[in-house]
Amino acid sequence: MSEMLEAEMEVTVDELKGLVSQRAIDGETMLLNMGPQHPSTHGVLRLLLELDGETIINCVPDIGFLHTGIEKNMEAKTYEKALVMTDRMDYLNPLGNNLCYCLAIEKLVELDVPPRAQIVRVLLTELTRISSHLVWLGTHALDLAAMSVFLYTWREREILLDIFEMCSGQRMMTSYFRPGGLWRDLPEGFEEAVQQFIDLFPDRLEEYENLLTENPLYIERTKGIGVISIDEALRLGVTGPNLRAAGLPFDLRKTQPYSGYEQFDFEVPTATGGDTYDRYIVRVEEMRQSLRIVQQALVRLPDGPVRSNNRKFVPPPRSELGHSMEAVIHHFKLWTEGFSAPKGSVYFPVESPRGVLGCYLVGDGGPMPMRVHFRTPSFANLQALPTMSKGHLVADLVAIISSLDPILGDVDR
Amino acid sequence: MSESEAALAALREEFDERIVDSLEFRGQLTAFVQPESIVEACKFLKDRGFKLLIALTAADYWPDEPRFEIVYKFYSIQHDELIGLSVRLNGEEPEVPSIDAVYPNANWHEREVFDMFGIDFSGSSDLRRILMPYDWEGHPLRRDYPLGYEEVQFTFNYDEIDKRKKYAKD
Repeated sequence: MSEMLEAEMEVTVDELKGLVSQRAIDGETMLLNMGPQHPSTHGVLRLLLELDGETIINCVPDIGFLHTGIEKNMEAKTYEKALVMTDRMDYLNPLGNNLCYCLAIEKLVELDVPPRAQIVRVLLTELTRISSHLVWLGTHALDLAAMSVFLYTWREREILLDIFEMCSGQRMMTSYFRPGGLWRDLPEGFEEAVQQFIDLFPDRLEEYENLLTENPLYIERTKGIGVISIDEALRLGVTGPNLRAAGLPFDLRKTQPYSGYEQFDFEVPTATGGDTYDRYIVRVEEMRQSLRIVQQALVRLPDGPVRSNNRKFVPPPRSELGHSMEAVIHHFKLWTEGFSAPKGSVYFPVESPRGVLGCYLVGDGGPMPMRVHFRTPSFANLQALPTMSKGHLVADLVAIISSLDPILGDVDR
Repeated sequence: MSESEAALAALREEFDERIVDSLEFRGQLTAFVQPESIVEACKFLKDRGFKLLIALTAADYWPDEPRFEIVYKFYSIQHDELIGLSVRLNGEEPEVPSIDAVYPNANWHEREVFDMFGIDFSGSSDLRRILMPYDWEGHPLRRDYPLGYEEVQFTFNYDEIDKRKKYAKD
């Protein structure tokens, strides 16, 4: 009996030979499994920690527990139907994922987007960014045992989810952006709801800052933890607020603007230290800047159609079907086979709340994408975790993971 | 001339016939490189300022040959430009040198491509499956791999399916 157990244990240690140091195999340091089920790993992330006492010598992430084959599934659906799968990757940024995919399709097939749709897209994407950062703030504080912040940010997020529900019928997996524009026009009461949010949010944001920014406990737990320099971050492919907290003002909304972002006036917050505290500062400031963009977008909202009227890609409104044969034909083609994209591939990067989200789309002349790949920020950022956590304590590891803001749906797809 | 156009021109000059082809589609430039020269080409681009490897993925064109296309996308922060390299590989024993010595963040992306397509990145510091379980057989994103629905295990066929099942056996 014990021989069997020994044999099992030997096999396991053998597999680990490449991953952990010799000290672990000798038994000098401890191997701890921070399993996929853990309240502080922000999802189903498995970490194999090699510990010397409580200090981390090495940390090996094991991902793939939330892998649902989204990319393969999208190859079996038409372009428009595959859109619903994009919401579910980074599930805290569904509209941002939709935007990335729609922009890639529109680039591939050269489809225009009317100005009203572009402004609404920016408005809703920024609201999604605020909602994602609110979740981040809440769960980050919760990981460090500041539970009140968690409850407050969720309260604000409810207002945003109500706004999304108003537009698309869904609180989270909205699929509101479609190739060519939006699914349908904004409902009555949208502008009032957004204005209400704009009015109350700055005070709430100050509330959160009062709780954390100068809190000695918070500072103690986050200053100097998980430091990453700009060069190290670029080497490891870290982007987004993590890179901006290290000092590089790299934001794709400014450098490669899309969907009309160049018309908006906002700043890209940076910090200098590259530690957990700086990432907190950057994200809180980003929420303020996103609110600025939302305010400007609300003011600039033009009238007009919300979807391209290129009938080869966008189904006609139902009112036309009664009297136009072409409309019926287009409707039929689009709802049975779907529109076709030319042969060729595009890569479209956007700025998600976590970093650079890129969609690599290959068309083959048919109605279904030949290959869709999402370069997701959480996947790339998580690669930096071992470097960032060397030498820290396990409790600091929790702070580091939450400051990197990984979303496992984004990591695994 | 934009920086990526200049870089492409310099690349073509430096690498001659090792750059098999280049194309511009929807304003994005891609150079097709021979597999053996990919590491050098990446070093060349990195020295020119494309310091961020922003995407590394693959596409399977089965049953057309060359079957696989490994796609690399680089971003230059100074010039705010994207450029792409592609390597075309045949279906039997696809192999390409790993670039993780030049761009360390390529490692996880290469692991994903290996896991999903079965492409061997020679010289990689760590090539293991990343998304699928470590003992999975097959490469899911290949076009000849089925989309795969699980057989429903009713009581009448419980034992037969249990024999065939590779996982979640009681």
